[in-house]
Amino acid sequence: MPFSEEWLLSGHSTIKATCVQYRLVVRDVNTLQILHLYTCLDQIVHMEWSSDSLFILCAMYKRGLVQVWSLEQPDWYCKIDEGSIGLVSSRWSPDGRHILNTTEFHLRVTVWSLCTKAVSYIKYPKACQKGIDFSRDGCYMALAERRDCRDYVSVFVCDDWHLLRHFETETQDLAGVEWSPNGCVLAVWDSCLEYKVLLYSLDGRLLSTFSAYEWSLGIKSLAWSPSSQFLAIGSYDGKVRILNHITWKKVTEFDHPASINNTKAVVYKEVERKPVVGSADLSIQQHITMGSTLFNTQSKYEICPLPVQVPVVKPDLDRANPKVGVSSMAFSSDNRYLATKNDNMACVVWVWDMQRLGLLAVLEQTSAVRCFQWDPRRPRLALCTGNAKLYLWSPAGCVSVQVPAEGGFQVQSVTWHCSGDSLILLGKEQLCLCYMEVGEEEEEDDDVK
Amino acid sequence: MGVFMHLCRTTNQILSKSGYRMSSLRQYSQSSVLPLPMTRNPYTMPTISAFCTEDNVSECISYINREVSSLGFPLLCTESNNGPELNLVAVLNNVYNLLQLHRRCLQTVEDIEVEQVKSNSNMDYLQLSNTRLKDQLELSKRENTGLLERERQLQLKVKSLHNCLKNEKEEVQKLQSIIASRATQYNHDMKRKEREFGKLKERLNQLLIDKKDKKQTFEVLNYVGRSDGKRSLWKTGKTEARHEGEMYKTLLNDYDSRHKDLLMENAELKKVLQQMKRDMVTILSPRKPSQSGEKHDDSLEQTSSEEDEVCDSSRESLELSCEHAREQLTNSIRQQWRRLKSHVERLDSQASLVGERANMNAIPKEVHEEEMDRLKLEIQQYKDFIHTQQQLLQQQLNSPCDDETASLLNDCYMQEEKERLKEDWKSFEEKRKNFEAERRNFTEAAIRLSHERKAFEEDRATWLKHQFLNLTPFGDQMKPQMSKSQSALSGWAESEVRPMSTPAKLNKSLSHTAFSTSRASPAKTPSTADLYRTHRLIPEKRYPTHDLDIHNRSKLQSIHIHGR
Repeated sequence: MPFSEEWLLSGHSTIKATCVQYRLVVRDVNTLQILHLYTCLDQIVHMEWSSDSLFILCAMYKRGLVQVWSLEQPDWYCKIDEGSIGLVSSRWSPDGRHILNTTEFHLRVTVWSLCTKAVSYIKYPKACQKGIDFSRDGCYMALAERRDCRDYVSVFVCDDWHLLRHFETETQDLAGVEWSPNGCVLAVWDSCLEYKVLLYSLDGRLLSTFSAYEWSLGIKSLAWSPSSQFLAIGSYDGKVRILNHITWKKVTEFDHPASINNTKAVVYKEVERKPVVGSADLSIQQHITMGSTLFNTQSKYEICPLPVQVPVVKPDLDRANPKVGVSSMAFSSDNRYLATKNDNMACVVWVWDMQRLGLLAVLEQTSAVRCFQWDPRRPRLALCTGNAKLYLWSPAGCVSVQVPAEGGFQVQSVTWHCSGDSLILLGKEQLCLCYMEVGEEEEEDDDVK
Repeated sequence: MGVFMHLCRTTNQILSKSGYRMSSLRQYSQSSVLPLPMTRNPYTMPTISAFCTEDNVSECISYINREVSSLGFPLLCTESNNGPELNLVAVLNNVYNLLQLHRRCLQTVEDIEVEQVKSNSNMDYLQLSNTRLKDQLELSKRENTGLLERERQLQLKVKSLHNCLKNEKEEVQKLQSIIASRATQYNHDMKRKEREFGKLKERLNQLLIDKKDKKQTFEVLNYVGRSDGKRSLWKTGKTEARHEGEMYKTLLNDYDSRHKDLLMENAELKKVLQQMKRDMVTILSPRKPSQSGEKHDDSLEQTSSEEDEVCDSSRESLELSCEHAREQLTNSIRQQWRRLKSHVERLDSQASLVGERANMNAIPKEVHEEEMDRLKLEIQQYKDFIHTQQQLLQQQLNSPCDDETASLLNDCYMQEEKERLKEDWKSFEEKRKNFEAERRNFTEAAIRLSHERKAFEEDRATWLKHQFLNLTPFGDQMKPQMSKSQSALSGWAESEVRPMSTPAKLNKSLSHTAFSTSRASPAKTPSTADLYRTHRLIPEKRYPTHDLDIHNRSKLQSIHIHGR
């Protein structure tokens, strides 16, 4: 199984849930004490908190089952069996009282209500990168559909699942939909074979179309800025194009060149210091202590003077979805910074200043960056590269933090707490909670087997 | 003779024919003695008679002999006994030889002339051919350069075509790679779809075979309330309309907020532009007197007046924010900016000129550097000084010492002043005490005085009474009265001494009231402490105070009055 465990941090942030095989464990975040323990009928593949953190959804795709547990009433249960139609994905609605199940082969989306006996069916959902998106205020849902070889978008009101608008899009093969944070604009983009972004207003009018070039592979990723002022489009040609919300025209484009010079950016390079292993006449005790430190190589950031050559990995273009192009982008919560990663240069994270519309910092790691995420409150970026370290960047500087865990802890992903005070570092079999204190940092290890 | 005549005739003919040649020969003969008239006319023969006359026959003969012998011919005449005789044969031979010679010469001359003509014509021909060849060469050179030029152009064209070809090849390669990637992507998608299709088919088969359709089930213990606590509504047209309304409301709110933001931004930018314009106008206008050229001034004045108009109008239209005002503003700003630019350019050129001129006056680099070094050294010295001062201060503060010395050191700066102050205080206290005592004494004295006065008055009154009563002419009774008054006086003096304490007390109390408060109440009975004090004090200072009493009575009175 790809996941032997999964965890989730509740939206209200005092409880967290971990699932192991078919057991669901709910703990308190501060004390890591077990609050509840639930058992499901099959191995849990997907787990999700409801928006008000009162319920947890556990989906078992093989069996086509979804079980919902309540935190207030541990005795309460809910089981949805999709039957022979199968289950491919399951998620909560924004109000936390409806569950949307996508059946196998994307035949339909079933909306189960926990409040009423009503069941709604939505036909012809599209199987694409991101076919469903809820607006941030939870009022509207956009669903991509495909009928008769044409793409459509349906906008539903989440209150009562009433179809508000249904319109055709001018795409060849719609790949995804995303609401702007203010909920008034819907961005629709085409598959990677065609570079096309369409912007629709909430009432279904086409506001604008943007296409940077033809024929080459197109859009790889898309990100809205939190104020809805900018739309960042990352494409396979390694560039990020920023559109502004007034004219929907390109404001600037950010390139990721292999050699950096002539910028005001600061280039941080991670430098590892491997501890020197001494001669053979060391005592056994020293060997043991040395052994643990051998795994934990110290590393720190050095500022490199320009010009800098960034290591580029030539991708194999014979395969589909090549490792080229900007695959992940994230805006900071105060709109000032944009962090991007180009798949050619998987070890490098680029941080752009949105006020100046220029490169601010380049972080070059020793191995490929797996995941990065901005602090929900402050302009602070946390990233991990699959080793036992946590890297933090802020406009004041960059720091590499050693995770104090016994050997072999590899940080696979990083998630911030919604208050920005703590982080969860997920490893393969362990997870680590990292608390950020003002001025000091405390870390707490958690072994969950 | 016939022969001779024939010869003579031929000679004459020849001579006549070749007259010119003879003259030319004559020109060439070096030993020509007799000058003969030379003529260029070839057809006129030189007169032979001019050479030989009857006088100089022998000379002529000898001369001719000489000439002839030099030429190798037999002599003309031989010496005979009759004098010189002309040998006719010799003469004829000589003539014949000369004629032959002449003919030969003429022939050679003719040949030479022919040769010359030939060579002239040759030369002409050569010159012609030379010019022709030069022209040809010129032409061919020009052709050559033309050809070279063409070749160069063609090479350039070839290079550019190569480049084009390369670009095209690259583009073709790029397009091919794009096609290839698209093809792989298509294939990938196709395979994915096929796989899904296959799965669908399998599932369909499975369903057809199984035929038992596992229905969907939904088990829940109890229905949960809505998250917002409200009850759900039926789906009616009203709700639909409400949804539409809400949607449009959100959109309108968003547009409103954006509109507001844009208006604010516009206002800010307009303000900034106005500010910039004002600044530019102020920068440019003071330069008016220093600028050269009246035209410029006029234009500036014009535009400044224009600016005022524009300023006013744009200020008015800020509220209106119409396009016209916006255009006006931007145009005026552009104008000002252009003027500013030209001004700065002019200044730059002036500065460069001045810079060139002032290079001589400018401080040479070395001196400047020396100055800088000196200043730096000074700064360093001052820094060191400050540093040492700081260190010393730190030392001072940190040096361990006991409390006394510490307190002493702490107050060392103030010690002198403190001592002085202490002394001052002491003296002041003394003075105060003195003054107080004085005052007390004065008041005492005043009280005493008043008492004495009262007593005196009483005595006087009694004495007068006595006098009046004993108003007799008896003189004896006068003396005892006098003694009585004296005794009264003495008694009075005694009484002065006796109730020493009480007047003193009263004095004291009065003095207290006089001294302590300006608005004192009437005299109080003094306390025992006061009495004790006065008892102690009075005997000591009695003597001087008496004198003081006498001298400062008026003062006491004034004090007394003041005390009241």
